[in-house]
Amino acid sequence: MTATQDRPALEIGKDRRRKEDQRLITGRTRWTDNFQLPGMLHLAMVRSPYAHAKILNVSTDEAKASLNVVTVLTGADVADEQGGLPNAWAITTDQITPNHPSIAVDRVAFAGEIVAVVVARSAAAARDAAELVDVDYEELPAAIDLKEAAEDKVLAHPDLGTNKSAFWQFDSAGAGTGGSIDEAIDKARTDGIVIEREYRQQRLIPAFMEPRSVVVDPTSEQITMWSATQNPHILRFLLAAVLGVSESKIRVIAPDVGGGFGGKLQVTPEEFITFMAARRLGKPCKYTETRSESLMAAHHGRDQWQKLTLAATKDGRVTGLKVDLIADLGAYVALVGGGVPVLGAFMFNSIYKFEAYQFNCQTVLTNKTWTDAYRGAGRPEATFGIERIMDELAAELGVDPLEIREKNWIRNDEFPFTTVCGMEYDSGNYEAATAKAKEIFGYDALRAEQKQRRESGDPVQLGIGVSTFTEMCGLAPSRVLGSLNYGAGGWESASIRMLPTGKVEVVTGSSAHGQGHETAWSQIVADRLGVAFEDVEVLHGDTQIAAKGMDTYGSRSLVVGGEALVLAADKVIEKAKPIAAHLLECSVDDIEFSAGRFGVKGTDQGLAIGEIALATFAAHNLPDGIEPTLDSDATYDPIAFSFPHGTHLCAVEIDTETGGLTMRKYACVDDIGNIINPLIVAGQVHGGLVQGIAQALWEEAVHDEAGTLVSASFVDYLVPTAADTISFDIDHTTSPSTTNTLGTKGVGEAGTIASTPAVVNAVVDAIRHFGVNDVRMPCTPQRIYKAIHSHDVAESGGDPTAGAAAAQFDPQDTADRTEGDVQ
Amino acid sequence: MIPAQFDYVAPGSVEEALAALAEHGDEAKVIAGGQSLLPVLRMRLNAPSIVIDLGRIDSLRGISEDGDELVIGAMTTHSDVGSSALVAEHAALITKAVEHLADSQIRHRGTFGGALAHADPAGDLGAPALALDARFVIAGPGGSRTVPADEFFVDLFETAIGEDELLTEVRIPKHTGWGAHYEKFVRVSHQWPIVAVAATVKTDGGTISEARVGLTNMGSTPLRAAVVERALVGQPATDAAVREAAKAAADGTNPPTDLNGDSDYRKHLATVLTRRAVLAAAGG
Amino acid sequence: MTKIEVTVDGEKVSDDVEPRMLLVQYLREKLGKTGTVIGCDTSNCGACTVHLDGRSVKSCNVLAVQADGHEVTTIEGLAKNGELHPMQAAFRECHALQCGFCTPGMIMQSVDLLNENPNPTEGEIRAGIEGNLCRCTGYHNIVKAVQHAAGGAS
Repeated sequence: MTATQDRPALEIGKDRRRKEDQRLITGRTRWTDNFQLPGMLHLAMVRSPYAHAKILNVSTDEAKASLNVVTVLTGADVADEQGGLPNAWAITTDQITPNHPSIAVDRVAFAGEIVAVVVARSAAAARDAAELVDVDYEELPAAIDLKEAAEDKVLAHPDLGTNKSAFWQFDSAGAGTGGSIDEAIDKARTDGIVIEREYRQQRLIPAFMEPRSVVVDPTSEQITMWSATQNPHILRFLLAAVLGVSESKIRVIAPDVGGGFGGKLQVTPEEFITFMAARRLGKPCKYTETRSESLMAAHHGRDQWQKLTLAATKDGRVTGLKVDLIADLGAYVALVGGGVPVLGAFMFNSIYKFEAYQFNCQTVLTNKTWTDAYRGAGRPEATFGIERIMDELAAELGVDPLEIREKNWIRNDEFPFTTVCGMEYDSGNYEAATAKAKEIFGYDALRAEQKQRRESGDPVQLGIGVSTFTEMCGLAPSRVLGSLNYGAGGWESASIRMLPTGKVEVVTGSSAHGQGHETAWSQIVADRLGVAFEDVEVLHGDTQIAAKGMDTYGSRSLVVGGEALVLAADKVIEKAKPIAAHLLECSVDDIEFSAGRFGVKGTDQGLAIGEIALATFAAHNLPDGIEPTLDSDATYDPIAFSFPHGTHLCAVEIDTETGGLTMRKYACVDDIGNIINPLIVAGQVHGGLVQGIAQALWEEAVHDEAGTLVSASFVDYLVPTAADTISFDIDHTTSPSTTNTLGTKGVGEAGTIASTPAVVNAVVDAIRHFGVNDVRMPCTPQRIYKAIHSHDVAESGGDPTAGAAAAQFDPQDTADRTEGDVQ
Repeated sequence: MIPAQFDYVAPGSVEEALAALAEHGDEAKVIAGGQSLLPVLRMRLNAPSIVIDLGRIDSLRGISEDGDELVIGAMTTHSDVGSSALVAEHAALITKAVEHLADSQIRHRGTFGGALAHADPAGDLGAPALALDARFVIAGPGGSRTVPADEFFVDLFETAIGEDELLTEVRIPKHTGWGAHYEKFVRVSHQWPIVAVAATVKTDGGTISEARVGLTNMGSTPLRAAVVERALVGQPATDAAVREAAKAAADGTNPPTDLNGDSDYRKHLATVLTRRAVLAAAGG
Repeated sequence: MTKIEVTVDGEKVSDDVEPRMLLVQYLREKLGKTGTVIGCDTSNCGACTVHLDGRSVKSCNVLAVQADGHEVTTIEGLAKNGELHPMQAAFRECHALQCGFCTPGMIMQSVDLLNENPNPTEGEIRAGIEGNLCRCTGYHNIVKAVQHAAGGAS
């Protein structure tokens, strides 16, 4: 049953221009850094230049004596108060979790960690004095390389005795959801095909455009914090829990927030420090990071090594997949840091019908910036792994990569389908999405051109990359989260207030930072209550206004928060019915609600919902015993994940003389269920695509051997520009989700998840005939060039496994260093 | 993001500016367009006690002809250079190099002389200036002197300009009728060139009669590919002939290794880009 | 402290400022023109783009003292008499913004781009806004908005 089938679709599906935009295009914005309060003090952080060092002494006298400096705080000053930053998801009950003080006390564990905080009357004075804080360090050996760290060669936290934080496994035989992976692989070794590959998910930085900023005003009984966060509710809860302040005495406001992509779901040392400083000093305090600080100290994403073993029959039917991951946590286990790879555990089997599956993940502590969710969180990594290796299987068999996928995917007539992970996919139509994508893309013509270029030895080769993906959205059914040992639930809350003017006030517990909730939520409520789109106002991002919420991440806002809206709207209607019946002098059973009007069956009599709202407000003439309000709250806990899917096709031209790459065409067809606002959806897809493409081609957070972040500014961390990207051809097929009334599936992460493997598959496809079967991300021109030409060496007697062509296990150079490395 | 404290003067003439320089010596930093200096100050990689702003000296701005030379005032912005018909006519290589220099906003503010005096080997103007045999007019306490391009670039961020001197104008011998091309290789458009090649050639009925080739980011200074230039003379402007000549493009260079590519890869790029730049320049 | 006099969004203002104060800090902190924002420290992102004497500049890369005697237009001075500038309207129409943080700079640069080249190709638009980073939109709809404002798109 889908809601759109049993009511007139008025607003839902319309490409409404956004309500949010007027102020954003005129500069009438409320970014956290805009706030200026009387007597406000400014914080500057002194950060460790060393990845791992003992703090011998922090000398603050000179800084303290500087003009306009109020105080300087060190870890020792707040040691008793600060507690540790929270980890909300210990993925195993025996996870090793180092304590994470906001200000380091006696040891720093990554370059960028805060060792002292200057508080001054101006930001300039704070910065000037920060230069005067003198810290004596004793450098310690640092665990930098992930693989070496996984072997405990150097300890990131010597007192813990190991870098191995947690080992997490899913085994289909053990879970009873599938066969034995060892048997599948053994069988394939004898009479089938086994493909083994190792892939690197490089370290990325979310790089939201608005640097993080936090303002704390302690001048009233209730302390107010404004923060550039995705998570005002979670932040309030954790501030209260860690610092022992009553939740009611903390108000957290996420004003305009300039992007997050997971990067602002963190509960940060900077937030805790600013809170502590304001409480101590009794004055409003502000901290705004610089971009360099943001790149260095805000959490990073991805960073995994993935070993994959795929077993298949000789004709290309996959019989099993084994995944061995190591995942870099960085120096501390971030809020959901350890859980990110686990979010990918159920997605490596993707859209396919595997018989056996095993996922092993070791999370590892290193002396680098902590990692956590970055757009997609676990699912891009999984999708990359499976979509890359499916291409390898196709290459092994010499068949079109789409053909091998079709042989293995879940057919449309097989839904609902329970996967080898035990996930029930409610709906999907991979055939339709693929057919449409091929048509838009001009697949056959591009394949013909590719053949022609290969045959003529064109210096510019064409590659076509495929990615058929699915993801689990709508985080998350609370019971599932509980079973994964996650520290909270996955519900969302909504309130609808019927105002006497006939306007409708909607309060949502999710917290938008660019997603367009105000517009999309208005469309949903307008349809549900039959009121004008313009008459709906959406409020969010303030714990005082939206008292309850689980915030925004994991493509959950619409799929979970949208359902809460529907529930609340339905409650409003139910509350209005007896009042309408009373006013219309009929039985409640004779009242029917349609398009904003409560009518009496079989008559032309009726009242608009606004009229009922006014009558309820006046409360002069209500039925006996009726509460004089239509306002309704609802909290929705999803019963299942949703599973959007899509087919993405990418064509790249590779200049074989330089390794330079030009994207020629990108087409995708996503099935995200019912679409509330196609304009917003298109924006989400476009932006997601570029972030995914950027992982494939440009972005990497690189640490040198000492653990210093080399790509520590936008000069070296290569976020692409308009001049580096192209316009996209996007379209949709629609298989409404059957597990929520709106039939939606989530779209925030789709583009990012699907595009990365499509691009890398295109790169490899363009140069596979040179003997290349992998190019490590980001696929830099140098890596592409060397991959093409490493085979030259092999032909002339060199090591045939050298260079990028060798992506088997145990490559020669396992060091996780980028410079001059073609892996 | 907040520079350290400094004092500021904005002299109205070259003489006043020189006097300020003489007074403050190496405590002072000269700001032209400031597009490279201000990031350095914001990151506190440098903390001068005084900044001397040349922005109020009108005489340093403008483009004119002087006999066989084109004269570009040091404070002329990139965008003014890029849109100048005189420059396009007589030094097309400069026009081509400026076209993709940094980005639009920076071209509006950054200056021709400032960029050259900054002497970043990855800067886009050094190689063209070198290839065109530009002459640098430097004013000092004792008057002005003129330094040829091959003596101007000394090392990484180091030029022939003394501590008490200022670059006032750049004189470029006219290369009227020469074809030109600046071939720049980047991963994303807003980055410094990994390698770039500046080529300008004179062709006569399909034969290259003269050629100038400059290399960007192939060493600690902009470089001239003199061997390639000589090899091109008298050659037909064909792929095969130019390819052969361009093989020597990286000879004697010592390019850096960084996240964008190692030294060997840059050397390889230089040969490919040289061929492309020369062919494009020859093709008009 | 140095005294400066600047015309900002049509209004003449005067202040004593530290020479080290960046134009963007002057706009935000002294004048409350918080529509203009700071996105990076290396002049890569373009979020702080304003017009100085009618041409786009990155206001993090200009000292306030350098703006003395000059005219600055910010995103807040673009709409005239309550009427959105066509570029602002085009950004809304084409959904060329999501979080909106890069938007002021992106709009100011796009206005400059069309001032210089009223009928740009897609390639010229993309090159023309290469000094402005956006993390949300993938640029697709920003390019469309500039085309829309140029009258080149339906």
